[in-house]
Amino acid sequence: MKNRSLVSINDYSKEEIIRILDLAEEFEKQPHQHILDGRVIASLFFEPSTRTRLSFETAIQQLGGNVIGFASAASTSVSKGESLNDTIRMVASYADLIVMRHPVEGSARFASEVSRVPIINAGDGANQHPTQCLLDLYSIRKTQGTLDNLNVTFVGDLKYGRTVHSNVIALSKFKTKFHFVSPIELKLPSAVKRYIKEAHLSYEQYTDFMEVIPKSDIIYMTRIQRERFPDPLEYEKVKNAYVLENAMLDNSKDNVRILHPLPRVNEISTDVDANPKAYYFQQALNGVFVRQALIATIMGVK
Amino acid sequence: MNKKRKELLVSAISNGTVIDHIPAENVFQVFKILSLDKTKHQVYFGTNLESKKYGTKGIIKISDTFFKEEVINKIALVAPTATLIEIRDYEVASKVSISIPSKIEGIVKCFNPNCVTNMEAVKTKFEVLFDETGEIKLACHYCEKTTSKKNMTFFM
Ligand SMILES: [Zn+2]
Repeated sequence: MKNRSLVSINDYSKEEIIRILDLAEEFEKQPHQHILDGRVIASLFFEPSTRTRLSFETAIQQLGGNVIGFASAASTSVSKGESLNDTIRMVASYADLIVMRHPVEGSARFASEVSRVPIINAGDGANQHPTQCLLDLYSIRKTQGTLDNLNVTFVGDLKYGRTVHSNVIALSKFKTKFHFVSPIELKLPSAVKRYIKEAHLSYEQYTDFMEVIPKSDIIYMTRIQRERFPDPLEYEKVKNAYVLENAMLDNSKDNVRILHPLPRVNEISTDVDANPKAYYFQQALNGVFVRQALIATIMGVK
Repeated sequence: MNKKRKELLVSAISNGTVIDHIPAENVFQVFKILSLDKTKHQVYFGTNLESKKYGTKGIIKISDTFFKEEVINKIALVAPTATLIEIRDYEVASKVSISIPSKIEGIVKCFNPNCVTNMEAVKTKFEVLFDETGEIKLACHYCEKTTSKKNMTFFM
């Protein structure tokens, strides 16, 4: 894993995922370690994402590393029309590792092929966001004590939600029982279901949210965006059908935890926040430890 | 005798390659994929010819040219039914079967407009997959989206 780019969660085997999660546990106990002293890590955000950028940069600085880069492409040579190829080659001559976020799908894979230093994909358009996936897996394992044989329910936009796709692909390595709750129009694509079938696992699909709540160990909520519906009336019909309210958790298991990649809009009612089953804010914090584990592994210092 | 006459619809060649049973509508794509628009050798072709098996077909004959297997497999995308014969001294020297390669580089565009291959100077790369009906589809190495047969467009 040393010096290897992480572009897609598929780049890692089950064992490699577990190694990162185990190491992240160590960093959660001791996040301040001077193991990146003298190292330079580039943080290239070709599109702004404050949440992800702060998480990465905090992870790096707590380990004593130096950050160079930019928070948006507006003030850089990219806005003058420099190609991604040239930008990556230039930055790679200064940095030991590049963290990049880019609105174009496949940009991180391409960058990993032209860069002499490894790339961590912090999101390439609608394609992949593997560190979000790792932090979700970390959160699931931390709250359930295991990743194996869990009933995991995904709710909302399962068609376009890239975090859902990566999580399903990764959880297919862990004997998960999948439950998918969405409007018909936003069902999980067959290209993703293929991974479940190849792992000989089962899944169930629902349009009704209530019936699946008592079965779930994890409820992973996502936002349904208005622009996904060509017909605004169709959106109006479904927009409230997949909102989680506190009273709906009355018959849920004690161990169930509610996850969400954030930011949330209205798909989780604020009355859930005080419920101990709500885990989405802690989930986001786990991102720092997972990113520390990933960077330390790729840099070969752990 | 009858067979001989039919052959004459497109001139015979003494040495080279004959690609037969090309879907008539894809003859020019085969031309492009094999870079026949740039060759210095003699090329004969026919299209919308009668075919017992397929209704209509196209045929291309290229003099003094023999193709490597990995080159010829590229036409499998547009002409999976094609047959290929190598001619030496007016005799059929060998018949080559065309098989669909497991990887495709260049030739086809990625269907996803937001793919890096449509934004930067990057050659497309695909893994060849098949859908439930056995129809070919291409998984992009970069954006990971699949391009189905009906959405395939070729670099021209
Ligand atoms: Zn693509």
